[in-house]
Amino acid sequence: MSLKDKLDELQKRGLDEIKKSNDLKDVNQVRVNLLGKKGPITEVLRGMRDLDAEERPKVGAFANKVRDDLTAALEGRREELERAVLNARLANEALDVTLPGTPVAKGEPHVIQQIIDQIEDLFLGMGYQVLSGPEVEEDKYNFEMMNIPKNHPARDMQDTFYITKEILMRTQTSPMQARTLEKHDFSQGPLKMISPGVVYRRDTDDPTHSHQFHQVEGLVIDKHITMADLKGTLQVLAHELFGDKFDVRLRPSYFPFTEPSVEADITCFNCGGKGCGVCKNTGWIEVLGAGMVHPNVLKMAGVDPDVYGGFAFGVGPDRFAMLKYGVDDIRNFYLNDVRFLKQFTKKG
Amino acid sequence: MKISYNWIKEYLDLNVSPADLAEKIERTSVEVDGVTQPSAGLKKIVVGHVLAIEMHPDSDHLHICQIDVGEDEPLQIVCGAPNIAKGQNVIVALPGSRIADNVKIKKSKMRGVPSAGMVCALQEIGFSEDVVPKDYVDGIYVLPADATPGDDVYDYLGMNDSLIDLDVTPNRGDMLSLNGTLHDLAAIYDQPVELDQPNVKETGDAIDSELTLHVDADLAPQYRMRLVKQVKIAPSPMWLQIRLWNAGYRPINNVVDITNYIMLKYGQPLHAFDYDKFDGQDVYVRTATPGEPLTTLDEGEHELTDQDIVIADSNRPIGLAGVMGGLDASITDQTKTVAIEAAVFEHDHIRKAAQRHHLHTDASQRFERGVNQAGVQDALDAAAQMMNELADGAVQTGTAVGSDNEPEPAVITITMSHINAVLGTDLTQDQVTHILESLGFTVVASGESLTVTVPIRRNDIHIPADLLEEVARIYGYDELPTTLPTGRMTMGTLTAAQKLMRATRHSLEGLGLNQAISYALTTEDKAKMFTMQASETTKLAWPMSVDHAVLRMNVITGLLDDIAYNTARKVKDVALYEQGRVFYREDGTDRPSEEEHIAGAITGTLMPAGWNQPAQAVDFFQMKGIVEAYLQDMAVNGDVSFVANADMPEMHPGRTADVLVHGHRIGFIGQIHPSIAKQFKIGATYVFELNLQAIIDMPKQENQYDLISRYPAITRDIAMLVSDETTNEEIVALIEKRGGAYLQSVKLFDVYDGVKVPKGKKSLAYTLTYQDKKGTLVDDDVNQAFDKVTKRLQDDLNAEIR
Repeated sequence: MSLKDKLDELQKRGLDEIKKSNDLKDVNQVRVNLLGKKGPITEVLRGMRDLDAEERPKVGAFANKVRDDLTAALEGRREELERAVLNARLANEALDVTLPGTPVAKGEPHVIQQIIDQIEDLFLGMGYQVLSGPEVEEDKYNFEMMNIPKNHPARDMQDTFYITKEILMRTQTSPMQARTLEKHDFSQGPLKMISPGVVYRRDTDDPTHSHQFHQVEGLVIDKHITMADLKGTLQVLAHELFGDKFDVRLRPSYFPFTEPSVEADITCFNCGGKGCGVCKNTGWIEVLGAGMVHPNVLKMAGVDPDVYGGFAFGVGPDRFAMLKYGVDDIRNFYLNDVRFLKQFTKKG
Repeated sequence: MKISYNWIKEYLDLNVSPADLAEKIERTSVEVDGVTQPSAGLKKIVVGHVLAIEMHPDSDHLHICQIDVGEDEPLQIVCGAPNIAKGQNVIVALPGSRIADNVKIKKSKMRGVPSAGMVCALQEIGFSEDVVPKDYVDGIYVLPADATPGDDVYDYLGMNDSLIDLDVTPNRGDMLSLNGTLHDLAAIYDQPVELDQPNVKETGDAIDSELTLHVDADLAPQYRMRLVKQVKIAPSPMWLQIRLWNAGYRPINNVVDITNYIMLKYGQPLHAFDYDKFDGQDVYVRTATPGEPLTTLDEGEHELTDQDIVIADSNRPIGLAGVMGGLDASITDQTKTVAIEAAVFEHDHIRKAAQRHHLHTDASQRFERGVNQAGVQDALDAAAQMMNELADGAVQTGTAVGSDNEPEPAVITITMSHINAVLGTDLTQDQVTHILESLGFTVVASGESLTVTVPIRRNDIHIPADLLEEVARIYGYDELPTTLPTGRMTMGTLTAAQKLMRATRHSLEGLGLNQAISYALTTEDKAKMFTMQASETTKLAWPMSVDHAVLRMNVITGLLDDIAYNTARKVKDVALYEQGRVFYREDGTDRPSEEEHIAGAITGTLMPAGWNQPAQAVDFFQMKGIVEAYLQDMAVNGDVSFVANADMPEMHPGRTADVLVHGHRIGFIGQIHPSIAKQFKIGATYVFELNLQAIIDMPKQENQYDLISRYPAITRDIAMLVSDETTNEEIVALIEKRGGAYLQSVKLFDVYDGVKVPKGKKSLAYTLTYQDKKGTLVDDDVNQAFDKVTKRLQDDLNAEIR
């Protein structure tokens, strides 16, 4: 048998053994058997000394090829077996991906806070400042400077928690109008502010009344502010809070600190304006009060009503939240049942 | 006020449905609470004529009636009403009919006798008990004799009218009357309106010889009376009764009904006195003497004060002015001579009297808002005329006048440019003039300037801004353009404090706490708990309840109330924070200062149990971790330290610490005292409260970049036994001080005080990490530093290294 024939046979037998190897240990044994120092290939190569000088390189090249092929086959088989082992392990590690995720501690902002933040961000974008005022107010700011003198019938409209004759829990955020007007330097630019905060009324708590709730006051005073600007501003607010589909309409109303005074309605959420039980079949829901700032309010705060004027509005985040989410009892906002607080998780 | 659609249509030619009219009023004038048609929902309710009546054999009160309902055969109906009688026309609900509250009437048997329908009381077809004439309150209603059997009853009773319920704002007193409403509708629909003028027939003697008025004009700027003699008290005609009950008033008798009717029409409250009950011929309008008694028409007994205005004869008060008449001189069936009062009373007195005596009447409501001071005599004349026409009364000649101070009409000058500048419109002078004239105002133009004279009935219009509202609402708010303010730019940014407050909320939410908003008004007991500084309480003068009577001086108790609410509803795991104000008051001042605080409370477990994670009850260190992480987020510049405080009465004495920043106390943290937990009916609860204002005011660290070393760190662990009194803080401080230049961090990884540790001792184990930022550390350097610190621990803290 020539060397070449021996090599042919070796290759054939070697590939066969590699194919038959069933685990990594087998593969290793086959490698030692075939390619080791005492293995047949080495032996064949040793026999090359007896060959002609002419034959030697040919057989040598062929022997190297056989060795390389076997090495590659061994490597391929080893990878194949490793992959099988890995696959078996991974199959074993499979999870029920429908099991619940591990709970994390996650807190939520209060729904009223979310609405206030949304209003703040909207008005910040339109160049308004955000101001906060005292919750314990003077009668002077809460009423008198808002054009509600003592004995004014409007004092019956908002029953007040008094502390002393002159000190009270503010019934509205409107006193911030007077406080800001008093301080503002119009040479530095127009006054544009909103003021969110807690207000108090002498009410018995029930599903629609709370002795504590929230308001956001808005005030814009400059030389050329119009009622059309008020209408546009309220529309932007309605679109931001409820969506672009919602229209705003104004109705005459009465507040001592604005003239003209209006109430703003927006398209009913429930029926989209068709008319339903929620909107008493009008297609509209009353959401806020507004108007052009009364000249007396400007005058009392030391602002010349012949030069400056503008609009003010007051919105109730509690009412917004009740309307937007269909919350049927205002007390939910202040009892802090975790099952309630956890319902308003949508961010952004 | 409920106003009748049919009544309006008598004066204005409106081609709109009641619903559309109501919508128009709401959009242009005043709010509308609703529109109702009394006959809505009723079916097959007809006039029946009682042909025959006999007692039910098995009943002592049921009658078996044969009733003609306009069909070939009469119906047999069993009726229990005591006042049913042969010959009456009655209200019959036929079989298959629907009466009030959607109740269906079927044929039935009553104690064995077939009954084909039901004879109805007014209440049964939807009338409020308050408006049913007294004679018919306890029985069936009897229709007029000329009613035709078989006809629907609705028209006989005014039930096909539509009633528009106006919710009149305090400034629009004029809208509390038909006439005022007509003036507004005339402008809204741009239609002239012709109101009828009274024409009183005076047949008696001059009034002066029988009545003299003595009036304090400050209390009653106008006070007038007429006398009507020989009146015949009787029920009012049907049309008048219908007007009244549809407006929500019970028909009583012709004289009283006329005063109510005139009030509805003119907005002028009137009062009818029985003149023969006067003691003498003098009537006084004066303040009451303190303690003077008066029994009002509703039989209420009142003790008067010197702030009450009374109508009095020479002897005693006979009425509480502008609120309610007295019982003594009231109209009865025997009244022969009526003194009709028409007046204007000072509104503050009336408002306070109505409040003081809990008598908010339709009269007081109108006087508070102001009546038409130019229409007092008209209303008085119209009433006298009706008493002549409907009660056969003889009107004495003339009016007794006690005071007659009619105000001047308001005259306001406004320019076109101002109107358009404020409304954002482009109105022409003709448009504006037309709107104002349609409201009944007089307009004189001079250039672009308009001089407007306002009728006295519109007592809400005084200044140009008031005219702007009139123009805007009649022009229509829908017609206004929609724009945004223009002009100089302004910056809209949050202040540093506002940013920190937002960051506070986001931080605590990220740490697992839910934002709560609790009540700031609480009980005196709770207000005083957990206080961080000495303060007087601030109390409401007239609280609604003791639960909300005192301003809080801490935020925690509100959170504990919240936890109690959750606990009572079996919600066991509650993690809350609240950012809000506390109210501190110094002795001698009325007004408290307001301080922003931030507080948290956790009960149960913070990390919810899962199928792969056991529940871990909240403890001190979890809360401490939250506070530490929060203060790290706020980047307060200064060391944060926690110092045990055993002295807060509401807190667990061994599990409470003051929170200090740079040695300054900003709050506390710990477990609430078990007895407080018991008081609130809650379980073990951990809380913190910090002075947020102090955090806002503190200097902050900016974020800065620190080189991350490329060289390896070397760690050494050390465990030691120390006495129980030695604190972690002392050990760490010593290690940090004596740890050498390469010590980067000291981390506690084990605390053990179990059985293997001698009594009075505890075992603590730390990992010390060494690193040289500029080169590779050699073991020798670390060993040297570690040996040094080990020795200091042994020497200074008597630590036994394990």
